[in-house]
Amino acid sequence: MEPMRQSPSPCSSRPSSPRTPPYETLGYVGIDAVLDQLKIKAMKMGFEFNIMVVGQSGLGKSTMVNTLFKSKIWKSTALDLERPIPQTLKLQSVTHIIEEKGVKLKLTVTDTPGFGDQINNDKCWDPILGYINQQYEQYLQEEILITRQRHIPDTRVHCCVYFVPPTGHCLRPLDIEFLQRLSQTVNVVPVIARADSLTIEERESFRRRIQHNLRTLCIEVYPQKCFDEDINDRILNSKIRDRIPFAVVGADREHLVNGRCVLGRKTKWGIIEVENLAHCEFPLLRDLLIRSHLQDLKDITHNVHYENYRVCRLNESHQLPRGPGWVNLAPTLGGPPATPRPSKVCQQAQDDSEDDEEC
Amino acid sequence: MAVAVGRPSNEELRNLSLSGHVGFDSLPDQLVNKSTSQGFCFNILCVGETGIGKSTLMDTLFNTKFESDPATHNEPGVRLKARSYELQESNVRLKLTIVDTVGFGDQINKDDSYRPIVEYIDAQFEAYLQEELKIRRSLFSYHDSRVHACLYFIAPTGHSLKSLDLVTMKKLDSKVNIIPIIAKADTIAKNELHKFKSKIMSELVSNGVQIYQFPTDEETVAEINATMSVHLPFAVVGSTEEVKIGNKMAKARQYPWGVVQVENENHCDFVKLREMLIRVNMEDLREQTHTRHYELYRRCKLEEMGFKDTDPDSKPFSLQETYEAKRNEFLGELQKKEEEMRQMFVMRVKEKEAELKEAEKELHEKFDLLKRTHQEEKKKVEDKKKELEEEVSNFQKKKTAAQLLQSQTQQAGAQQTKKDKDKKNASFT
Repeated sequence: MEPMRQSPSPCSSRPSSPRTPPYETLGYVGIDAVLDQLKIKAMKMGFEFNIMVVGQSGLGKSTMVNTLFKSKIWKSTALDLERPIPQTLKLQSVTHIIEEKGVKLKLTVTDTPGFGDQINNDKCWDPILGYINQQYEQYLQEEILITRQRHIPDTRVHCCVYFVPPTGHCLRPLDIEFLQRLSQTVNVVPVIARADSLTIEERESFRRRIQHNLRTLCIEVYPQKCFDEDINDRILNSKIRDRIPFAVVGADREHLVNGRCVLGRKTKWGIIEVENLAHCEFPLLRDLLIRSHLQDLKDITHNVHYENYRVCRLNESHQLPRGPGWVNLAPTLGGPPATPRPSKVCQQAQDDSEDDEEC
Repeated sequence: MAVAVGRPSNEELRNLSLSGHVGFDSLPDQLVNKSTSQGFCFNILCVGETGIGKSTLMDTLFNTKFESDPATHNEPGVRLKARSYELQESNVRLKLTIVDTVGFGDQINKDDSYRPIVEYIDAQFEAYLQEELKIRRSLFSYHDSRVHACLYFIAPTGHSLKSLDLVTMKKLDSKVNIIPIIAKADTIAKNELHKFKSKIMSELVSNGVQIYQFPTDEETVAEINATMSVHLPFAVVGSTEEVKIGNKMAKARQYPWGVVQVENENHCDFVKLREMLIRVNMEDLREQTHTRHYELYRRCKLEEMGFKDTDPDSKPFSLQETYEAKRNEFLGELQKKEEEMRQMFVMRVKEKEAELKEAEKELHEKFDLLKRTHQEEKKKVEDKKKELEEEVSNFQKKKTAAQLLQSQTQQAGAQQTKKDKDKKNASFT
């Protein structure tokens, strides 16, 4: 085992990364103590997570968020007959700090009431895209300052959970449009909402049809295949990809079942337990979003989506108007500029895809 | 249209209590897992005179034998030699780069000794800055070569710091985390050591040299860092040879008057150095390099290039302009290169053409010559042929004449014989 020798001319090139197999040390040095140091540093700084829920009203978005984080993030929006349906899409954000076993998490949940609720839903995804791009823009502006902060506050949307109504048939045009546009800018996790109205077989066939739709239209939802790092990741993520979209049920009331207190929905024909894998797939969603892939979501947002945005932004700078108002840049209508991402997102004609679907 | 985001009135962040186990306490583990799969980078710069024990100390610190040849004392100037190694311990991979100053303190005129070091450090910062400013960048897979820690080896004179040391450290303190250590500490007696250490520290303070402060804001490490800071600068002894002490082998240096054990805290501060450098503060050293030293360099560099933050509209503005300027410059250079290449190409083509023309002409001439000779030969041959034909015809004539003559004579002869025969016959009858 020979170390890689680098003898550059004085103060010139950087040493290139070694290509030899790793050295084993002859005794304990203590390098692995760096892991603990990392942990301490991370716990001191706290974590941030921004999640966005998108879907038509009444699909149980607020309830789902409450169930995910086991606290009253939102007051579940009961049908308020006096409050009119908002005419335009207005995003609502709420931020909380939650702590568990010494780990502080600053959670920001963005809701999108009014999405898909109008008669004419054309371009209803624009405000959402605008919001996401606005967060990227904010981060970019912070990053290119000369004196910048030690820790740039991260408001970028790390994950967007899209609620698909449980029609049982296939993806609707609105869903398709939205998923196509957003999967290029942010990590999208589609879920089948209110899955308690579908039987297990109906769920399976619905899921297969949705997967088929996504495949035909080349829509890459999280976890994206192209970012699998090694074989372990691939195996793990394939299992997840097989079950996407998860059929979930949200509930924030507790009921007594067999002596245990469980979260669930009580109906005349039984109690649907939210945390029971046989009843719904909520535990899978929770594990994916929180317990195993949270850091991965943040990393992909930072390393891929944000970088894509930055490339486009810096490339097109000379085309955009300069002067006051530069920072509050309006998003271009019709979605983000063409992102030159490594994965190919093919835009097939709407009619072709619809012909393929079994409706 | 700016997107209006509605927020509830009581916006100040409130702590929410959870009514069950959510599961994000696994976040630090997720983070650590990601980092382990990527591996860590750590770069140490060793500044010190030749022969003061830099390489030996590195070997001892990391418990491996990094092969290296000892440097000579004849170096004309200070050179930096960087070597990278990959170490692995349990599941942690560390890409370690050790940068050595070769020839430091050997010259007669040491005015410029610090310059190569400062330039090297700046070059690493510059490389990182360039990568960060690129439009298409890949920071997460970038091999970070910025110097995280600088071990400054002080010669064990027992008196005070040399002026070279002071000058060099002053130049380096705003660029890198300096950890001063007293090398070859086994040559100093214990009472002298204490005086030496306090003299060094007071000199550093009075000259305004900012050495690395071990962080004391985190409760878990505050205590140990505070106690260790008292012993700065660490007096270390390095050794890779093992000596039998008691009933086990330990790293030590054997003298006729005794054995200096490296890992014995009464003998030297090596253990403290290892604790501080690797086991407790490695991550903090990296963070300080990134957030303090690198940011300072970046700020200075960008201000040098003429940017200001004061006018928030012009900052992103001018970065775009630099990009454009750079891009135009680059394009301009490309064009120039293209022109040059084209010119060269045209010249070459001309040359080749001329050559070919020459060759063609030659060929033509040859061809003409050949043709002429051929014609001549043909003529000759034709003449000869004519001659031959003439001869042949003559010969034929002669032949026919001869034949005619022969046949005439034959006829005459035949007639004669016939006449004779007839005569004979007539005579018979």
